[in-house]
Amino acid sequence: MSNFPFLDVVIFLPLAGAFAVGLIPRDNDGALRWTAFAVTLVTFVVSLGLLLNFDSDAAGFQLGTDVRWVKDWGVGYITGIDGISLWMIMLTTFLMPLAVLASWTITTRLKPYFVFLLALETGMLGVFSALDLFLFYVFWEVALIPMYFLIGMWGYANRIYAAVKFFLFTVLGSLLMLVAILFVYFNAGEGATFDYRALLGTPFSPEVQRLLFLGFFAAFAVKVPLVPLHTWLPDAHTEAPTAGSVMLAAVMLKMGAYGLLRFAIPLFPDAAREFVPLVMTLAIIGILYGAAVAVMQKDLKRLVAYSSVAHLGFVVLGMFVGTVEGMSGGILQMINHGLSTGALFLLVGALYDRRHSRLIADFGGLSKSVPVLAGIFLFVALSSLGLPGLNGFVGEFLILLGTWTAYRWWVVPAAFGIVLAAIYLLWAYQRVFHGEPVIEENRVMIDLNLREVSMLAPIMALIVLIGVYPKPFLDTIEPAAERTAQVLKEGSVASRDGAQQLRRHIVAGPLVPVLEED
Amino acid sequence: MEFEAPAVQLGAIGPEIALVTTALLLLIVDAFIPEGEERWYLAVLATIGFGVAIILAANQWGERELQLARMVAVDNFATFVKTSVAVFAVLTVWLSRDYLKRSEDEESEFYALLLFAAAGMMLMASAADLIMVFLALEIFSISLYVLVGFRRRSLASQESAMKYFLLGAFSSAFFLMGIALVYGATGTTNFYPGGGGEGIAGYLVSSAASDVDLLVLGVGLLIVGLGFKIAAVPFHMWTPDAYQGAPSPITGFMAAGTKFAAVATMLRLFVVVLYPLRADWRPILIAVAIATMLLGSVLAVIQEDVKRLLAYSSIAHAGFVLTGLIAANDRGLSGSLFYLATYGLTVLGAFAVVTVLAGRKERNVTLASYRGLFYERPLLAGALTLFMLSLAGVPLTSGFVGKFLVFGAAIQAGYWWLAVIGMLASVIATFFYLRVLVVMYMQEDDRGLQPAITGRLANSVVGLTAAATLVLGIVWGPLIDLAERATVFFA
Repeated sequence: MSNFPFLDVVIFLPLAGAFAVGLIPRDNDGALRWTAFAVTLVTFVVSLGLLLNFDSDAAGFQLGTDVRWVKDWGVGYITGIDGISLWMIMLTTFLMPLAVLASWTITTRLKPYFVFLLALETGMLGVFSALDLFLFYVFWEVALIPMYFLIGMWGYANRIYAAVKFFLFTVLGSLLMLVAILFVYFNAGEGATFDYRALLGTPFSPEVQRLLFLGFFAAFAVKVPLVPLHTWLPDAHTEAPTAGSVMLAAVMLKMGAYGLLRFAIPLFPDAAREFVPLVMTLAIIGILYGAAVAVMQKDLKRLVAYSSVAHLGFVVLGMFVGTVEGMSGGILQMINHGLSTGALFLLVGALYDRRHSRLIADFGGLSKSVPVLAGIFLFVALSSLGLPGLNGFVGEFLILLGTWTAYRWWVVPAAFGIVLAAIYLLWAYQRVFHGEPVIEENRVMIDLNLREVSMLAPIMALIVLIGVYPKPFLDTIEPAAERTAQVLKEGSVASRDGAQQLRRHIVAGPLVPVLEED
Repeated sequence: MEFEAPAVQLGAIGPEIALVTTALLLLIVDAFIPEGEERWYLAVLATIGFGVAIILAANQWGERELQLARMVAVDNFATFVKTSVAVFAVLTVWLSRDYLKRSEDEESEFYALLLFAAAGMMLMASAADLIMVFLALEIFSISLYVLVGFRRRSLASQESAMKYFLLGAFSSAFFLMGIALVYGATGTTNFYPGGGGEGIAGYLVSSAASDVDLLVLGVGLLIVGLGFKIAAVPFHMWTPDAYQGAPSPITGFMAAGTKFAAVATMLRLFVVVLYPLRADWRPILIAVAIATMLLGSVLAVIQEDVKRLLAYSSIAHAGFVLTGLIAANDRGLSGSLFYLATYGLTVLGAFAVVTVLAGRKERNVTLASYRGLFYERPLLAGALTLFMLSLAGVPLTSGFVGKFLVFGAAIQAGYWWLAVIGMLASVIATFFYLRVLVVMYMQEDDRGLQPAITGRLANSVVGLTAAATLVLGIVWGPLIDLAERATVFFA
């Protein structure tokens, strides 16, 4: 079975599913829903094959494919995963069936809805697997289109504004990245190729690196998002339908963080090191600003959206401190945030389905009428604010530890962000679930049904698993994290030796001759 | 007095002759058809004419020579352009068939003029002498003036034809003056050396750089004339009006064909012949390109009429393709060819959708009339989505690859900042392409779209161009390969 192309199947299975959904008559709601669910579930099962066949000890990229796409231009279909991409892929395939379950409440235009949702999955999985800059850019943009339609067609009142803003912000960043990609292509000495592995260690001068880093950074910082490029996020997350919010927060934001790790830092290590103070400052501003704004929110969904800004600040902080602990913590925190925030959006969506409101003021005293929902909400909130024993603690602890080793007192403002997280989440919990229900609808609210519990239960199981036994996760993450942290700390393309060393770090082992004829 | 007649090898302009002959045949045949009879074979005849032209053009692939008193170049470059123009024209014929039936306009004259216009564009691609360029330019321009005003019962159409004609005549005068100055400076209008003359290219190699002032002035005026045809700022004023007033199929053909023919001439003239003079023409074209990209994109944002919106979009695209020309390297040449060929198909497709939806007298051309299109006509809306995404330059469409190629060429030539400006313009442009999508998908239709009268032919044009847009966005290797081989000039 090891020769089975797990990765390519995982990437394109959802797209094939999208075509299958396209063939179903548009009024057959049941068939549309169950087909989409089956496709995403099968995709998840196949992706377990990636997990089983992944060799944590082997360095470099695994389970990939390398075929030429346009030979004259050095464009290839090159995929492969390491410990970072593996978990991003698993997170995506794991959450997608749950997002489909959450979409049961969608009742209009189901056919295009599921086509877009499945196409979105292929785009996101492609982003995490592509090792060719051209291919990466294609997936990067392709993931954008379905999300644009999901927000714009099935979102709430202000959906069009949110969708267009989301699209334009992202395109602005990614077009600057495209210029940088083309520059790299034409100026990398080895010959025309977009192969990431071959481009690693290209000795660009510091000035050029700085510009190129900024080109890539523009795309990734918008996506993460880093303050001040975050303004699209609250709108997009709030207006998107529940499944859209889940995928946006849990996976799409990670595309930005992943891009920084995979491309921006290793390709331009000298520039990355130079920008560390700036990026760390932005990350900490994001942590504090996101948390502070979340405290003020009247809209529960907006509150969760702003909490994402703060959490992603942590992720980026961990990545840029240049220690293994910070890097591993940042990557683990990407998974954690995907789980916790994904679950929070599912819960807020469940509340909206019952009351058609997201305003905190419209709720109150819900713990009496919907005890299960309240309990799960509290559980997830605790995970999100970093209660020891649950997943969020492990990630945040590692990030703070890594920051402390490298930068000492920078850790203080970051830790303060955790306090704020406790404030906004617990205060929101108190206002929504505690006290006496004043409004009649809240008194008679129906608790979570089987479908809703079954989409939350797997997430809760993982939250506990990572919280008490993170070892299997960290074991796969650490080798990749260590390589990248090393690059950030001392990797340099300024000298020939440094460039060689850098390439060995990431690719490890003999470089595949990429310019050979096929 | 001895007079040596030039050797006439008519084979060199075989495709053009085929088109002109077909056009005349059309007019004669039409005269013998009784009034009120179905005239489907006129479209068939026009299609056959273009088919013959494509075959004749394709036969010239691989040749490299100058014919007809060194005025016509037969090379891969010309063949590539000619074939593309003929394909655009055939699609326009098929699209017009339904359109003309609906509007009850004369079919034979329409096709004949289209054939003449296409012949002029083809000739333009192989013109190797400024006089020949001018001749070709006028052949297709005059045909287009008439075609723009072809909706005889529409005042807007008349007005736009008048505007187009007056401004066009004006720009032709500039072009002619440019030719005169170039002739005054170099003593020749011929591009290439040989046959007893040194040609403009030879002149630039042989003479000292101090003598080129007059030549540069002439070249500047040539830019005015050609810039008008490709709708570059500041020579773009006619574009929105002409595009809006012209019959929709013709608008599509103008956007696709005129742009290709005029840029083809610019590529041959600037990148090949005037290459030594690039330090002089580059700054001018850079300024023009930046203004064109930005102004076209910005002004498109506020348009409410889809045809006007596409007109400004076509202005912006003229700027984008100029970046490939400014790069003046191999990648820029092949990239521009790829860009124009795929842009032509995409924009024809977009105007095909506009044609189908416009209804009688072209009433439904406002953005508001596209409201909720996805729910009424999902396939048509899907095709238009593809065209909009392609024009916006989203991956997996041919428009992305084109942009990728021309901006790549500019970056290779060191003009990365021009690419950055181009990308910023693209972001602005994305906004108005998104507007079309917003209207089609995200706004409910409150009035109910009038059922457009569509024929199978028009729908097939939409389908073909949509397929081309998608396929050439994924499997772009073969076409860029052809485009690269098409940069073999007679030089």
